[in-house]
Amino acid sequence: MFSSLIEMFSYPFLVRAFIIGALVSLCCALLGVSLVLKGFSMIGDGLSHVSFGALAVAMALNVTPLAFALPVVIFAAFCLLKIKDTSKIKGDAGIALVSSSALAIGLIAASLTTGLNSDVYSYMFGSILSMKKGDVTISVILSILVLFLFFFCYHKIFAITFDESFAQATGLFVSFFNMMIAFLSAVTIVLGMRMMGAMLISSLILFPCLIARQIFQNFYGVTLCAGVVSLVSFFIGMFLSYELDTPVSASIVVVNLILLLIAMGVQKVRNA
Amino acid sequence: MKIVSCKDITIGYDNQPVFSHLSFDIEEGDYISVLGENGSGKSTLIKTLLGLTKPLSGNISLLEGLTHETIGYLPQQTTAQRDFPASVEEIVMSGFLGQKGWKPFYTKKERLTAAAHMEELSIDSLAKKNYRNLSGGQQQKVLLARALCAAKKLLILDEPVTGLDPAAQTELYQMINHLNQCHNMTIVMISHDITSAIRYSSKILHLGTDEYFYGSQKEYLSSKLYQNWKGVM
Repeated sequence: MFSSLIEMFSYPFLVRAFIIGALVSLCCALLGVSLVLKGFSMIGDGLSHVSFGALAVAMALNVTPLAFALPVVIFAAFCLLKIKDTSKIKGDAGIALVSSSALAIGLIAASLTTGLNSDVYSYMFGSILSMKKGDVTISVILSILVLFLFFFCYHKIFAITFDESFAQATGLFVSFFNMMIAFLSAVTIVLGMRMMGAMLISSLILFPCLIARQIFQNFYGVTLCAGVVSLVSFFIGMFLSYELDTPVSASIVVVNLILLLIAMGVQKVRNA
Repeated sequence: MKIVSCKDITIGYDNQPVFSHLSFDIEEGDYISVLGENGSGKSTLIKTLLGLTKPLSGNISLLEGLTHETIGYLPQQTTAQRDFPASVEEIVMSGFLGQKGWKPFYTKKERLTAAAHMEELSIDSLAKKNYRNLSGGQQQKVLLARALCAAKKLLILDEPVTGLDPAAQTELYQMINHLNQCHNMTIVMISHDITSAIRYSSKILHLGTDEYFYGSQKEYLSSKLYQNWKGVM
C-alpha cells in the first residue's frame, strides 16, 4: 500500500488532483453543513447541473470554460436562494426545473457543435485529468476564503443556519451571509464538478453533513466532523480508484455511502 | 417610562397595508398581549417593531436607549429547527451575536450571563444536551433564554405556548410573568389564548378588522372587541 502511495504521488497530475480534490471536498463539506441543515440540500444538485450546462455552452462557443461558467453559476446560486424565499414555484420544484433545463440546454449546445465527445462525458461523470494548473490557485484561494468565513464567522453562521428570523431580528446581516455562502458554493461546485462530474458533485455537499449528524449532537461537532469525514473519504476514494482502476468520483461517493451506513449502524446500536 | 412610541403607523408589506392608523406606547415594565384573528396584522406588527419591515407610514420611535438589536425576540419554531443538531448552550449563546458586531468570539462575561439566564429558567442542567431531544416546553425555554441574552429590557414573543401541553403552557406563562414582575422585563406577546392573556397581562392590544383596542386589561373586559369575541364564543 505504501509503495503505491509513493507511486501515486510521483505523477504531477495526480498530486494536482489530490490538492484540488481535498480542498474542494473540505469546502463542500463545510458549506454543506449550512446548506443541508437549512433545508437547501438540493441546491448543490441544481448548481452542478447549471454548471454542466454552462461548461457545455462555453465549449460550443469556444470560450474559456471557467470564465464563462463561474458568473453563470454564481448568478444561478443567487436565483435558487431567492426561489426559496419568495416563491410562486416552490423550492424543490424550482431547483428540479432549473437542473433539468440547464442539463438540456447543455446537451443541445454540445450536440449541435462538437457532439457528445469525451469532454462532455467527463463533465457528466468527472475526470481526474481535467484539472488544470490554474485550478490549483483558484482552489487554494477558495478554501482560504471558506475557512476564513467559518473560523471568524462561525457563531454567526450557526445562528443564521439555526434560526434566520431571530438572527435577522438581532441585526445580523443575514442576506450578506446567505449570498456569501451561495457565492462560495457556486465557485466550489464549478471547480469540483470537473473532477466529480455534474451527477456526483452534490454528494460531497450532502454526505459529510449527514454522516456527522449521526455521530454528533451539536453544531460544532457536526461542522468539524463533516470537514474530517470529507477529507478521509476523499483520500480513501482516491486511493481505491487508483488501485482498482475505478472512476474517482464514483469511488469517493461509495466510500461516503459506506461511512454513512457505518455511522447509522453505530447510532442504532448506541440508541438500543 | 416610555420605551417605544408608535404614532399613527400603517403596517404592511410590499406596499400592501395590513393595518392602518395604529397608535400606541409601550411603557417600561408593561406586559402587553397582542390579540387578533389570523391575518389581522399581528405578525406584521411584530416585524415592524423589530425593524425587519418599515411602517408604510407613521413613525415608530425607540426611546431610553432601546435599539432593534437589544430587543429579545422569540420567533415561532420552524420544523427544520426541531430536529437541528445543536446543543442548548450553542443556541442560548447565539442571543449575544447581534450586539457583538464583527467580533468573532464570545467573551467570558457573555458565558457567565448565558449561564445565569439558563439557571433563571431552570434549564442549566440541559446546557450540554442536544436541542432535538428536548420536549417542546424545554425547547421554548431554550429559545426564551436566547432571547434574554439579546434583550436589555424588551422581549417580543410570537405565540410562545402554541403546541405545548397544558402543564408546559402554565409553566412558560409563569416564567414570563416572573421575568416581567421580578426583572422588570417589558413583554410584548402575540397570543391566541385570550383567557391567559387576560389573566397574565397588564395591557391588551387587540387588532380587529378596521378598529383596534389598546388599554389596560381591565378596560379591555368592557371593550366592544372583547364583548364581540365573547358573543362569538
